[in-house]
Amino acid sequence: MREPVLVANGQGFWGDSILGPLRLVREGPLHYLALDYLAEVTMSIMQKLKSRNPDAGYATDFVAMLDRSLPEIAAKGIKVIANAGGVNPSACLEAVLELARKKGLKGLRVGIIEGDDILTRIPQLLAEGEELRNMDNDAPLSSIQEHITSANVYIGAPAVAECLAAGADIVIGGRITDPALVAGPLMHEFGWSGEDYDKMAAATVAGHIVECGAQCTGGNFTAWREVPDMARIGYPIIEASADGSFFITKHEGTGGLIDRRTIVHQLLYEMGDPKRYLGPDCTADFTSAQIEEAGKDRVKISGVKGGPPTDTYKVSISYQDGYKASGQLTVAGPDAVAKARLCADIVFERVAMDGVTFDDEQKLVEILGSGVCHAGVVPEMDPPEVVLRLGVKDRDRKKVDRFGMEIVPLVTSGPPGVTGFAGGRPKATDIIGYWPALLPKGQVTTSVRVEEV
Amino acid sequence: MVKLGEIAQARSGDKGDGSNVGIFAHNAEDYAFLKRELTVERVKRHFAEICLGHVERYEADNLLALNFILHDSLGGGGSASLKTDAQGKTHGLAILEMELER
Repeated sequence: MREPVLVANGQGFWGDSILGPLRLVREGPLHYLALDYLAEVTMSIMQKLKSRNPDAGYATDFVAMLDRSLPEIAAKGIKVIANAGGVNPSACLEAVLELARKKGLKGLRVGIIEGDDILTRIPQLLAEGEELRNMDNDAPLSSIQEHITSANVYIGAPAVAECLAAGADIVIGGRITDPALVAGPLMHEFGWSGEDYDKMAAATVAGHIVECGAQCTGGNFTAWREVPDMARIGYPIIEASADGSFFITKHEGTGGLIDRRTIVHQLLYEMGDPKRYLGPDCTADFTSAQIEEAGKDRVKISGVKGGPPTDTYKVSISYQDGYKASGQLTVAGPDAVAKARLCADIVFERVAMDGVTFDDEQKLVEILGSGVCHAGVVPEMDPPEVVLRLGVKDRDRKKVDRFGMEIVPLVTSGPPGVTGFAGGRPKATDIIGYWPALLPKGQVTTSVRVEEV
Repeated sequence: MVKLGEIAQARSGDKGDGSNVGIFAHNAEDYAFLKRELTVERVKRHFAEICLGHVERYEADNLLALNFILHDSLGGGGSASLKTDAQGKTHGLAILEMELER
Protein backbone atom coordinates (compact mmCIF):
# COMPACT_ATOMS: atom_id res chain seq x y z
CA MET A 1 0.00 0.00 0.00
CA ARG A 2 1.34 3.42 -0.90
CA GLU A 3 0.34 6.50 1.05
CA PRO A 4 -0.62 9.12 0.19
CA VAL A 5 -2.36 8.20 -3.05
CA LEU A 6 -2.53 10.99 -5.61
CA VAL A 7 -5.72 11.20 -7.65
CA ALA A 8 -6.27 14.11 -10.03
CA ASN A 9 -9.25 15.20 -12.06
CA GLY A 10 -8.27 16.42 -15.51
CA GLN A 11 -11.65 16.71 -17.19
CA GLY A 12 -14.54 18.36 -15.42
CA PHE A 13 -17.23 17.81 -18.03
CA TRP A 14 -17.87 17.01 -21.67
CA GLY A 15 -16.09 19.78 -23.56
CA ASP A 16 -13.47 20.70 -20.94
CA SER A 17 -9.96 21.67 -22.12
CA ILE A 18 -7.60 18.94 -23.32
CA LEU A 19 -4.81 20.90 -21.58
CA GLY A 20 -6.13 19.75 -18.18
CA PRO A 21 -5.16 16.08 -18.48
CA LEU A 22 -2.14 16.70 -20.72
CA ARG A 23 -0.57 19.08 -18.19
CA LEU A 24 -1.41 16.89 -15.16
CA VAL A 25 0.53 14.04 -16.73
CA ARG A 26 3.45 16.30 -17.64
CA GLU A 27 3.81 18.77 -14.78
CA GLY A 28 4.13 16.73 -11.58
CA PRO A 29 3.66 13.48 -9.68
CA LEU A 30 0.41 11.55 -10.09
CA HIS A 31 -0.92 8.03 -9.49
CA TYR A 32 -4.42 8.22 -10.92
CA LEU A 33 -5.99 10.48 -13.50
CA ALA A 34 -9.79 10.68 -13.29
CA LEU A 35 -11.69 12.06 -16.26
CA ASP A 36 -15.37 12.90 -16.56
CA TYR A 37 -16.68 13.06 -20.13
CA LEU A 38 -20.42 12.79 -19.58
CA ALA A 39 -23.39 15.07 -19.07
CA GLU A 40 -27.08 14.23 -19.00
CA VAL A 41 -27.68 15.05 -22.65
CA THR A 42 -24.44 13.39 -23.74
CA MET A 43 -25.81 9.86 -23.41
CA SER A 44 -28.73 10.64 -25.69
CA ILE A 45 -26.45 12.13 -28.35
CA MET A 46 -24.15 9.12 -28.08
CA GLN A 47 -27.04 6.66 -28.51
CA LYS A 48 -28.00 8.51 -31.66
CA LEU A 49 -24.43 8.24 -33.01
CA LYS A 50 -24.33 4.55 -32.10
CA SER A 51 -27.62 3.85 -33.89
CA ARG A 52 -26.01 5.16 -37.09
CA ASN A 53 -22.64 3.50 -36.51
CA PRO A 54 -22.23 0.50 -34.15
CA ASP A 55 -18.60 1.52 -33.47
CA ALA A 56 -19.57 5.02 -32.24
CA GLY A 57 -21.20 6.25 -29.04
CA TYR A 58 -18.23 7.03 -26.78
CA ALA A 59 -16.18 10.16 -26.03
CA THR A 60 -13.74 10.47 -28.90
CA ASP A 61 -12.09 13.40 -27.03
CA PHE A 62 -10.72 10.77 -24.65
CA VAL A 63 -8.96 8.87 -27.43
CA ALA A 64 -7.65 12.16 -28.89
CA MET A 65 -6.23 13.04 -25.46
CA LEU A 66 -4.58 9.61 -25.12
CA ASP A 67 -3.16 9.96 -28.61
CA ARG A 68 -1.10 12.86 -27.26
CA SER A 69 -0.21 11.42 -23.86
CA LEU A 70 -0.49 7.62 -23.67
CA PRO A 71 3.27 6.83 -23.95
CA GLU A 72 4.02 9.26 -21.09
CA ILE A 73 1.07 7.94 -19.04
CA ALA A 74 2.33 4.37 -19.49
CA ALA A 75 5.97 5.29 -18.79
CA LYS A 76 5.04 7.04 -15.55
CA GLY A 77 2.69 4.24 -14.47
CA ILE A 78 -0.28 6.59 -14.14
CA LYS A 79 -3.61 4.81 -14.12
CA VAL A 80 -6.53 6.42 -15.88
CA ILE A 81 -10.19 6.20 -14.84
CA ALA A 82 -12.68 7.65 -17.31
CA ASN A 83 -16.40 7.43 -17.97
CA ALA A 84 -15.50 7.99 -21.63
CA GLY A 85 -17.19 4.74 -22.67
CA GLY A 86 -20.49 6.58 -22.97
CA VAL A 87 -23.05 4.13 -24.35
CA ASN A 88 -20.42 1.98 -26.06
CA PRO A 89 -17.54 1.10 -23.67
CA SER A 90 -16.46 -1.91 -25.77
CA ALA A 91 -15.98 0.28 -28.87
CA CYS A 92 -13.99 2.73 -26.75
CA LEU A 93 -11.90 -0.20 -25.48
CA GLU A 94 -11.13 -1.27 -29.07
CA ALA A 95 -10.14 2.27 -30.02
CA VAL A 96 -7.78 2.57 -27.04
CA LEU A 97 -6.27 -0.89 -27.68
CA GLU A 98 -5.64 0.03 -31.29
CA LEU A 99 -4.02 3.29 -30.23
CA ALA A 100 -1.79 1.47 -27.72
CA ARG A 101 -0.71 -1.02 -30.41
CA LYS A 102 0.08 1.81 -32.77
CA LYS A 103 2.24 3.42 -30.07
CA GLY A 104 3.97 0.09 -29.35
CA LEU A 105 2.83 -0.02 -25.72
CA LYS A 106 3.03 -3.75 -25.17
CA GLY A 107 1.69 -4.99 -21.85
CA LEU A 108 -0.73 -2.09 -21.30
CA ARG A 109 -4.01 -3.36 -19.85
CA VAL A 110 -7.28 -1.69 -20.66
CA GLY A 111 -10.48 -2.53 -18.80
CA ILE A 112 -14.13 -1.72 -19.22
CA ILE A 113 -17.12 -1.68 -16.90
CA GLU A 114 -20.45 -2.67 -18.42
CA GLY A 115 -23.97 -3.02 -17.12
CA ASP A 116 -25.01 0.62 -16.65
CA ASP A 117 -26.74 0.85 -20.02
CA ILE A 118 -30.30 -0.47 -19.56
CA LEU A 119 -31.87 1.03 -22.70
CA THR A 120 -32.68 -2.34 -24.28
CA ARG A 121 -33.92 -3.72 -20.95
CA ILE A 122 -36.59 -1.04 -20.43
CA PRO A 123 -39.52 -3.03 -21.95
CA GLN A 124 -38.63 -6.05 -19.80
CA LEU A 125 -38.22 -3.96 -16.64
CA LEU A 126 -41.61 -2.31 -17.19
CA ALA A 127 -43.16 -5.73 -17.86
CA GLU A 128 -41.73 -6.93 -14.54
CA GLY A 129 -43.57 -4.12 -12.79
CA GLU A 130 -40.79 -1.55 -12.39
CA GLU A 131 -42.42 1.82 -12.99
CA LEU A 132 -39.30 4.00 -13.20
CA ARG A 133 -41.38 6.99 -12.16
CA ASN A 134 -39.97 10.46 -12.75
CA MET A 135 -38.41 11.58 -9.46
CA ASP A 136 -39.49 15.18 -10.11
CA ASN A 137 -43.16 14.74 -11.03
CA ASP A 138 -43.95 11.08 -10.24
CA ALA A 139 -45.16 10.26 -13.78
CA PRO A 140 -44.66 6.61 -14.81
CA LEU A 141 -42.07 5.92 -17.54
CA SER A 142 -44.68 4.16 -19.66
CA SER A 143 -46.12 7.62 -20.48
CA ILE A 144 -43.06 8.47 -22.63
CA GLN A 145 -41.79 4.97 -23.42
CA GLU A 146 -41.77 5.32 -27.21
CA HIS A 147 -39.69 8.54 -26.98
CA ILE A 148 -36.83 7.16 -24.82
CA THR A 149 -33.39 7.75 -26.33
CA SER A 150 -31.07 6.54 -23.55
CA ALA A 151 -31.22 4.95 -20.09
CA ASN A 152 -28.22 4.54 -17.81
CA VAL A 153 -27.76 3.57 -14.18
CA TYR A 154 -25.33 5.65 -12.10
CA ILE A 155 -22.66 3.13 -11.14
CA GLY A 156 -20.53 3.57 -8.02
CA ALA A 157 -16.96 3.03 -6.86
CA PRO A 158 -16.88 -0.78 -6.27
CA ALA A 159 -17.05 -1.52 -10.02
CA VAL A 160 -14.09 0.81 -10.60
CA ALA A 161 -12.12 -0.85 -7.78
CA GLU A 162 -12.98 -4.27 -9.23
CA CYS A 163 -11.67 -3.27 -12.66
CA LEU A 164 -8.43 -1.98 -11.10
CA ALA A 165 -8.08 -5.20 -9.07
CA ALA A 166 -8.41 -7.13 -12.33
CA GLY A 167 -5.23 -5.37 -13.44
CA ALA A 168 -6.48 -2.51 -15.60
CA ASP A 169 -4.12 0.40 -16.21
CA ILE A 170 -6.92 2.23 -17.97
CA VAL A 171 -10.49 1.88 -16.74
CA ILE A 172 -13.26 2.84 -19.14
CA GLY A 173 -16.82 2.99 -17.93
CA GLY A 174 -20.15 4.33 -19.04
CA ARG A 175 -22.29 6.23 -16.53
CA ILE A 176 -19.98 5.99 -13.52
CA THR A 177 -20.78 8.75 -11.02
CA ASP A 178 -18.27 11.59 -10.97
CA PRO A 179 -17.23 10.97 -7.32
CA ALA A 180 -16.74 7.24 -8.01
CA LEU A 181 -13.97 8.09 -10.49
CA VAL A 182 -12.01 9.17 -7.39
CA ALA A 183 -13.52 6.84 -4.78
CA GLY A 184 -12.85 3.74 -6.91
CA PRO A 185 -9.04 4.09 -6.89
CA LEU A 186 -9.05 4.88 -3.14
CA MET A 187 -11.07 1.72 -2.37
CA HIS A 188 -8.64 -0.26 -4.47
CA GLU A 189 -5.46 1.24 -2.99
CA PHE A 190 -6.49 1.18 0.66
CA GLY A 191 -8.56 -1.99 0.55
CA TRP A 192 -11.57 -0.14 1.96
CA SER A 193 -14.71 -2.17 2.35
CA GLY A 194 -17.75 -0.74 0.67
CA GLU A 195 -19.45 -0.92 4.10
CA ASP A 196 -16.98 1.49 5.70
CA TYR A 197 -19.38 4.34 5.11
CA ASP A 198 -17.29 7.08 6.70
CA LYS A 199 -14.46 6.29 4.30
CA MET A 200 -16.80 6.03 1.33
CA ALA A 201 -18.33 9.37 2.34
CA ALA A 202 -14.87 10.96 2.61
CA ALA A 203 -14.03 9.65 -0.85
CA THR A 204 -17.35 10.98 -2.13
CA VAL A 205 -16.58 14.44 -0.73
CA ALA A 206 -13.12 14.27 -2.32
CA GLY A 207 -14.64 13.24 -5.63
CA HIS A 208 -17.25 16.00 -5.43
CA ILE A 209 -14.59 18.66 -4.79
CA VAL A 210 -12.52 17.72 -7.85
CA GLU A 211 -15.27 16.55 -10.21
CA CYS A 212 -15.52 19.90 -12.01
CA GLY A 213 -11.79 20.17 -12.56
CA ALA A 214 -10.49 23.72 -12.16
CA GLN A 215 -13.70 24.88 -10.48
CA CYS A 216 -12.02 24.17 -7.11
CA THR A 217 -8.65 25.70 -8.00
CA GLY A 218 -9.72 29.26 -8.66
CA GLY A 219 -12.04 28.84 -11.63
CA ASN A 220 -15.48 30.46 -11.33
CA PHE A 221 -14.36 31.99 -8.03
CA THR A 222 -16.11 35.05 -6.59
CA ALA A 223 -12.82 36.82 -5.74
CA TRP A 224 -11.47 36.24 -9.25
CA ARG A 225 -9.04 39.16 -9.11
CA GLU A 226 -7.02 37.26 -6.50
CA VAL A 227 -6.42 34.27 -8.79
CA PRO A 228 -2.93 34.29 -10.32
CA ASP A 229 -2.20 33.08 -13.86
CA MET A 230 -5.68 31.79 -14.63
CA ALA A 231 -4.63 30.80 -18.16
CA ARG A 232 -2.32 28.16 -16.67
CA ILE A 233 -4.77 27.16 -13.96
CA GLY A 234 -3.76 23.90 -12.28
CA TYR A 235 -6.24 21.05 -12.11
CA PRO A 236 -6.94 19.56 -8.67
CA ILE A 237 -5.15 16.66 -7.04
CA ILE A 238 -6.36 14.67 -4.03
CA GLU A 239 -3.60 13.45 -1.72
CA ALA A 240 -5.49 10.74 0.13
CA SER A 241 -4.59 8.84 3.31
CA ALA A 242 -5.91 5.45 4.36
CA ASP A 243 -7.77 6.97 7.35
CA GLY A 244 -10.08 8.86 4.96
CA SER A 245 -8.52 12.30 5.39
CA PHE A 246 -7.12 14.04 2.36
CA PHE A 247 -5.49 17.18 1.05
CA ILE A 248 -6.56 19.04 -2.07
CA THR A 249 -3.67 20.57 -3.93
CA LYS A 250 -2.29 21.19 -7.42
CA HIS A 251 1.05 20.85 -9.11
CA GLU A 252 3.76 23.36 -8.24
CA GLY A 253 4.21 26.16 -10.74
CA THR A 254 0.67 25.97 -12.09
CA GLY A 255 -1.71 28.93 -12.00
CA GLY A 256 -4.86 29.20 -9.96
CA LEU A 257 -5.55 29.25 -6.24
CA ILE A 258 -6.60 26.76 -3.59
CA ASP A 259 -7.74 27.93 -0.17
CA ARG A 260 -10.68 27.40 2.14
CA ARG A 261 -12.85 29.67 0.00
CA THR A 262 -12.22 27.96 -3.34
CA ILE A 263 -12.96 24.60 -1.73
CA VAL A 264 -16.16 25.78 -0.02
CA HIS A 265 -17.31 27.22 -3.36
CA GLN A 266 -17.07 23.80 -4.93
CA LEU A 267 -18.50 21.91 -1.93
CA LEU A 268 -21.65 24.00 -2.43
CA TYR A 269 -21.84 23.37 -6.18
CA GLU A 270 -25.00 21.57 -7.28
CA MET A 271 -25.69 20.82 -3.62
CA GLY A 272 -29.10 19.75 -2.35
CA ASP A 273 -29.40 18.77 1.32
CA PRO A 274 -25.79 18.94 2.55
CA LYS A 275 -26.55 16.48 5.38
CA ARG A 276 -27.75 13.82 2.95
CA TYR A 277 -25.73 13.71 -0.27
CA LEU A 278 -27.05 10.58 -1.94
CA GLY A 279 -24.92 8.34 -4.10
CA PRO A 280 -24.80 4.68 -5.05
CA ASP A 281 -22.10 3.90 -2.45
CA CYS A 282 -23.16 5.83 0.64
CA THR A 283 -25.05 8.79 2.02
CA ALA A 284 -22.45 11.47 2.73
CA ASP A 285 -22.84 14.19 5.34
CA PHE A 286 -21.10 17.25 3.93
CA THR A 287 -21.74 19.14 7.18
CA SER A 288 -19.34 16.79 8.99
CA ALA A 289 -16.27 17.77 6.96
CA GLN A 290 -13.54 19.65 8.82
CA ILE A 291 -11.73 22.05 6.51
CA GLU A 292 -8.34 23.60 7.27
CA GLU A 293 -5.81 25.46 5.21
CA ALA A 294 -2.48 23.59 5.30
CA GLY A 295 -0.08 25.78 3.38
CA LYS A 296 0.02 27.47 0.00
CA ASP A 297 -2.58 25.99 -2.36
CA ARG A 298 -3.23 23.19 0.11
CA VAL A 299 -6.41 22.41 2.06
CA LYS A 300 -7.02 19.46 4.39
CA ILE A 301 -10.38 17.75 4.75
CA SER A 302 -11.02 15.30 7.57
CA GLY A 303 -13.71 13.92 9.85
CA VAL A 304 -16.25 13.17 7.10
CA LYS A 305 -19.13 10.98 8.25
CA GLY A 306 -21.44 8.89 6.16
CA GLY A 307 -24.14 6.27 6.31
CA PRO A 308 -25.43 3.45 4.14
CA PRO A 309 -26.77 4.21 0.67
CA THR A 310 -30.38 3.64 -0.33
CA ASP A 311 -31.40 0.28 -1.85
CA THR A 312 -31.99 1.85 -5.26
CA TYR A 313 -29.78 3.13 -8.05
CA LYS A 314 -30.51 6.43 -9.73
CA VAL A 315 -31.23 6.01 -13.41
CA SER A 316 -30.70 8.77 -15.95
CA ILE A 317 -33.19 8.43 -18.80
CA SER A 318 -33.41 10.79 -21.75
CA TYR A 319 -36.21 11.15 -24.26
CA GLN A 320 -37.22 13.18 -27.29
CA ASP A 321 -39.36 16.02 -25.92
CA GLY A 322 -40.10 18.30 -28.86
CA TYR A 323 -38.04 20.89 -30.71
CA LYS A 324 -36.47 24.28 -30.11
CA ALA A 325 -34.60 26.98 -31.97
CA SER A 326 -33.00 30.26 -31.01
CA GLY A 327 -31.26 33.01 -32.91
CA GLN A 328 -29.72 36.37 -32.19
CA LEU A 329 -29.19 39.82 -33.67
CA THR A 330 -27.19 42.79 -32.49
CA VAL A 331 -29.06 46.06 -32.09
CA ALA A 332 -27.03 49.28 -31.85
CA GLY A 333 -28.28 52.41 -30.06
CA PRO A 334 -29.54 54.97 -29.58
CA ASP A 335 -32.53 53.38 -27.84
CA ALA A 336 -31.09 49.88 -28.27
CA VAL A 337 -33.41 48.25 -25.73
CA ALA A 338 -36.59 49.81 -27.14
CA LYS A 339 -35.63 48.80 -30.68
CA ALA A 340 -34.74 45.27 -29.62
CA ARG A 341 -38.12 44.94 -27.90
CA LEU A 342 -39.84 46.14 -31.07
CA CYS A 343 -37.87 43.59 -33.13
CA ALA A 344 -39.07 40.78 -30.85
CA ASP A 345 -42.70 41.90 -31.15
CA ILE A 346 -42.38 42.10 -34.95
CA VAL A 347 -41.04 38.53 -35.26
CA PHE A 348 -43.86 37.00 -33.25
CA GLU A 349 -46.47 39.13 -35.03
CA ARG A 350 -45.15 38.11 -38.45
CA VAL A 351 -45.16 34.39 -37.71
CA ALA A 352 -48.67 34.81 -36.29
CA MET A 353 -49.74 36.43 -39.59
CA ASP A 354 -48.63 33.15 -41.14
CA GLY A 355 -50.71 31.10 -38.69
CA VAL A 356 -47.91 30.16 -36.30
CA THR A 357 -48.40 31.09 -32.65
CA PHE A 358 -46.67 30.11 -29.43
CA ASP A 359 -47.74 30.21 -25.79
CA ASP A 360 -45.78 32.57 -23.57
CA GLU A 361 -43.91 29.73 -21.86
CA GLN A 362 -42.80 28.44 -25.30
CA LYS A 363 -41.21 31.78 -26.18
CA LEU A 364 -38.01 33.44 -25.06
CA VAL A 365 -37.02 37.06 -25.50
CA GLU A 366 -33.72 38.14 -23.98
CA ILE A 367 -32.15 41.55 -24.48
CA LEU A 368 -28.60 40.69 -23.53
CA GLY A 369 -26.70 43.64 -22.17
CA SER A 370 -29.72 45.12 -20.44
CA GLY A 371 -29.47 42.85 -17.37
CA VAL A 372 -30.92 39.47 -18.38
CA CYS A 373 -29.03 37.08 -16.12
CA HIS A 374 -29.85 39.21 -13.09
CA ALA A 375 -33.37 40.22 -14.15
CA GLY A 376 -35.16 42.01 -11.31
CA VAL A 377 -31.99 41.93 -9.20
CA VAL A 378 -30.18 44.81 -10.86
CA PRO A 379 -31.89 47.78 -12.59
CA GLU A 380 -32.43 47.34 -16.34
CA MET A 381 -29.83 49.20 -18.41
CA ASP A 382 -30.00 50.86 -21.83
CA PRO A 383 -26.43 50.33 -23.07
CA PRO A 384 -25.06 51.57 -26.44
CA GLU A 385 -25.82 48.17 -27.97
CA VAL A 386 -27.59 44.94 -27.02
CA VAL A 387 -27.84 41.40 -28.35
CA LEU A 388 -31.41 40.32 -28.95
CA ARG A 389 -31.90 36.62 -28.42
CA LEU A 390 -35.16 35.03 -29.52
CA GLY A 391 -36.20 31.42 -29.08
CA VAL A 392 -39.19 29.09 -29.22
CA LYS A 393 -40.00 25.48 -28.40
CA ASP A 394 -42.83 23.31 -29.61
CA ARG A 395 -43.81 19.71 -30.34
CA ASP A 396 -44.30 20.72 -33.99
CA ARG A 397 -40.97 20.95 -35.78
CA LYS A 398 -42.47 22.94 -38.68
CA LYS A 399 -43.62 25.74 -36.38
CA VAL A 400 -40.15 26.01 -34.87
CA ASP A 401 -38.51 26.18 -38.30
CA ARG A 402 -41.05 28.78 -39.48
CA PHE A 403 -40.08 31.00 -36.55
CA GLY A 404 -36.40 30.67 -37.49
CA MET A 405 -37.09 32.22 -40.90
CA GLU A 406 -38.39 35.53 -39.51
CA ILE A 407 -35.27 36.72 -37.68
CA VAL A 408 -32.96 37.80 -40.54
CA PRO A 409 -35.61 39.86 -42.38
CA LEU A 410 -35.49 42.36 -39.48
CA VAL A 411 -32.20 43.70 -40.86
CA THR A 412 -34.09 45.47 -43.66
CA SER A 413 -37.66 45.57 -42.40
CA GLY A 414 -37.21 46.55 -38.76
CA PRO A 415 -35.84 49.56 -36.88
CA PRO A 416 -32.38 50.94 -37.78
CA GLY A 417 -29.17 49.61 -36.28
CA VAL A 418 -29.93 45.89 -36.58
CA THR A 419 -26.81 43.93 -37.48
CA GLY A 420 -24.60 41.05 -36.46
CA PHE A 421 -26.63 38.25 -37.90
CA ALA A 422 -24.42 35.21 -38.35
CA GLY A 423 -24.89 31.49 -38.66
CA GLY A 424 -27.83 31.38 -41.04
CA ARG A 425 -31.43 30.71 -40.11
CA PRO A 426 -31.75 28.96 -36.76
CA LYS A 427 -33.05 25.42 -37.36
CA ALA A 428 -35.13 23.27 -35.04
CA THR A 429 -33.07 20.97 -32.84
CA ASP A 430 -34.22 18.18 -30.53
CA ILE A 431 -35.13 18.96 -26.96
CA ILE A 432 -33.72 16.10 -24.95
CA GLY A 433 -35.89 15.57 -21.90
CA TYR A 434 -34.28 14.35 -18.69
CA TRP A 435 -36.11 11.68 -16.70
CA PRO A 436 -34.46 10.80 -13.37
CA ALA A 437 -35.80 7.57 -11.86
CA LEU A 438 -34.94 4.90 -9.31
CA LEU A 439 -34.34 1.19 -9.84
CA PRO A 440 -33.83 -1.49 -7.14
CA LYS A 441 -30.15 -2.43 -6.95
CA GLY A 442 -30.99 -6.11 -7.50
CA GLN A 443 -32.00 -5.28 -11.07
CA VAL A 444 -28.49 -4.17 -12.01
CA THR A 445 -25.36 -6.27 -12.45
CA THR A 446 -22.11 -4.75 -13.59
CA SER A 447 -19.22 -6.68 -15.08
CA VAL A 448 -15.60 -5.87 -15.84
CA ARG A 449 -13.36 -7.07 -18.65
CA VAL A 450 -9.65 -6.36 -19.02
CA GLU A 451 -7.60 -6.84 -22.19
CA GLU A 452 -3.86 -6.60 -22.63
CA VAL A 453 -2.12 -5.08 -25.62
CA MET B 1 -27.16 48.45 4.91
CA VAL B 2 -24.69 45.78 3.94
CA LYS B 3 -24.34 44.29 0.48
CA LEU B 4 -23.94 40.52 0.74
CA GLY B 5 -21.03 40.64 -1.72
CA GLU B 6 -19.07 42.50 0.99
CA ILE B 7 -19.40 39.76 3.60
CA ALA B 8 -19.93 36.56 1.61
CA GLN B 9 -19.10 34.59 -1.52
CA ALA B 10 -21.33 32.31 -3.55
CA ARG B 11 -21.56 29.62 -6.21
CA SER B 12 -24.58 28.33 -8.07
CA GLY B 13 -25.47 25.54 -10.46
CA ASP B 14 -28.42 23.57 -11.76
CA LYS B 15 -30.63 21.03 -10.02
CA GLY B 16 -33.13 19.84 -12.61
CA ASP B 17 -35.43 22.77 -13.38
CA GLY B 18 -34.12 24.67 -10.37
CA SER B 19 -30.83 26.15 -9.35
CA ASN B 20 -28.89 25.83 -6.14
CA VAL B 21 -27.33 28.94 -4.70
CA GLY B 22 -24.71 28.30 -2.04
CA ILE B 23 -23.54 31.34 -0.08
CA PHE B 24 -20.94 31.37 2.66
CA ALA B 25 -19.53 33.93 5.07
CA HIS B 26 -15.90 34.50 5.98
CA ASN B 27 -16.41 34.49 9.75
CA ALA B 28 -18.80 33.21 12.40
CA GLU B 29 -20.29 36.63 13.11
CA ASP B 30 -21.26 37.27 9.48
CA TYR B 31 -22.56 33.71 9.22
CA ALA B 32 -24.81 34.23 12.25
CA PHE B 33 -26.11 37.39 10.55
CA LEU B 34 -26.83 35.53 7.29
CA LYS B 35 -28.44 32.65 9.16
CA ARG B 36 -30.76 35.07 10.95
CA GLU B 37 -31.53 37.54 8.14
CA LEU B 38 -31.21 35.66 4.86
CA THR B 39 -34.60 34.00 5.00
CA VAL B 40 -36.41 31.95 2.39
CA GLU B 41 -38.88 34.84 1.98
CA ARG B 42 -36.15 37.41 1.31
CA VAL B 43 -34.43 35.16 -1.20
CA LYS B 44 -37.69 34.44 -3.01
CA ARG B 45 -38.42 38.19 -3.20
CA HIS B 46 -34.88 38.95 -4.45
CA PHE B 47 -35.22 36.38 -7.24
CA ALA B 48 -38.90 37.16 -7.97
CA GLU B 49 -38.32 37.55 -11.73
CA ILE B 50 -36.01 34.53 -11.94
CA CYS B 51 -37.43 31.96 -9.52
CA LEU B 52 -41.05 31.10 -10.35
CA GLY B 53 -41.30 28.26 -7.82
CA HIS B 54 -40.64 27.94 -4.11
CA VAL B 55 -37.35 28.33 -2.30
CA GLU B 56 -35.79 25.79 0.08
CA ARG B 57 -33.00 26.56 2.53
CA TYR B 58 -30.36 24.28 4.07
CA GLU B 59 -27.66 25.13 6.62
CA ALA B 60 -24.06 23.89 6.69
CA ASP B 61 -22.51 25.34 9.86
CA ASN B 62 -19.10 23.79 9.16
CA LEU B 63 -18.88 25.72 5.89
CA LEU B 64 -20.47 28.90 7.38
CA ALA B 65 -22.84 28.38 4.48
CA LEU B 66 -26.49 28.45 3.52
CA ASN B 67 -27.72 26.55 0.49
CA PHE B 68 -30.86 27.65 -1.32
CA ILE B 69 -32.77 25.67 -3.93
CA LEU B 70 -34.67 27.98 -6.29
CA HIS B 71 -37.32 25.79 -7.86
CA ASP B 72 -38.53 26.55 -11.40
CA SER B 73 -35.83 29.10 -12.17
CA LEU B 74 -34.27 27.74 -15.39
CA GLY B 75 -37.04 27.89 -17.97
CA GLY B 76 -37.41 24.11 -18.10
CA GLY B 77 -33.85 23.16 -17.23
CA GLY B 78 -31.24 21.25 -19.19
CA SER B 79 -31.89 20.88 -22.88
CA ALA B 80 -35.50 22.09 -22.50
CA SER B 81 -34.42 25.60 -21.52
CA LEU B 82 -34.10 28.43 -24.03
CA LYS B 83 -32.46 30.75 -21.52
CA THR B 84 -28.89 31.98 -21.86
CA ASP B 85 -28.25 31.00 -18.26
CA ALA B 86 -29.93 27.61 -18.54
CA GLN B 87 -27.88 26.25 -15.64
CA GLY B 88 -28.23 29.08 -13.16
CA LYS B 89 -24.49 29.68 -13.26
CA THR B 90 -24.97 33.40 -12.55
CA HIS B 91 -27.47 33.10 -9.68
CA GLY B 92 -24.62 33.00 -7.14
CA LEU B 93 -23.46 36.46 -8.17
CA ALA B 94 -27.08 37.65 -8.14
CA ILE B 95 -27.59 36.79 -4.45
CA LEU B 96 -24.45 38.78 -3.59
CA GLU B 97 -26.22 41.90 -4.97
CA MET B 98 -28.75 41.74 -2.13
CA GLU B 99 -28.62 44.45 0.54
CA LEU B 100 -29.73 43.79 4.11
CA GLU B 101 -30.07 46.08 7.09
CA ARG B 102 -27.47 45.54 9.76
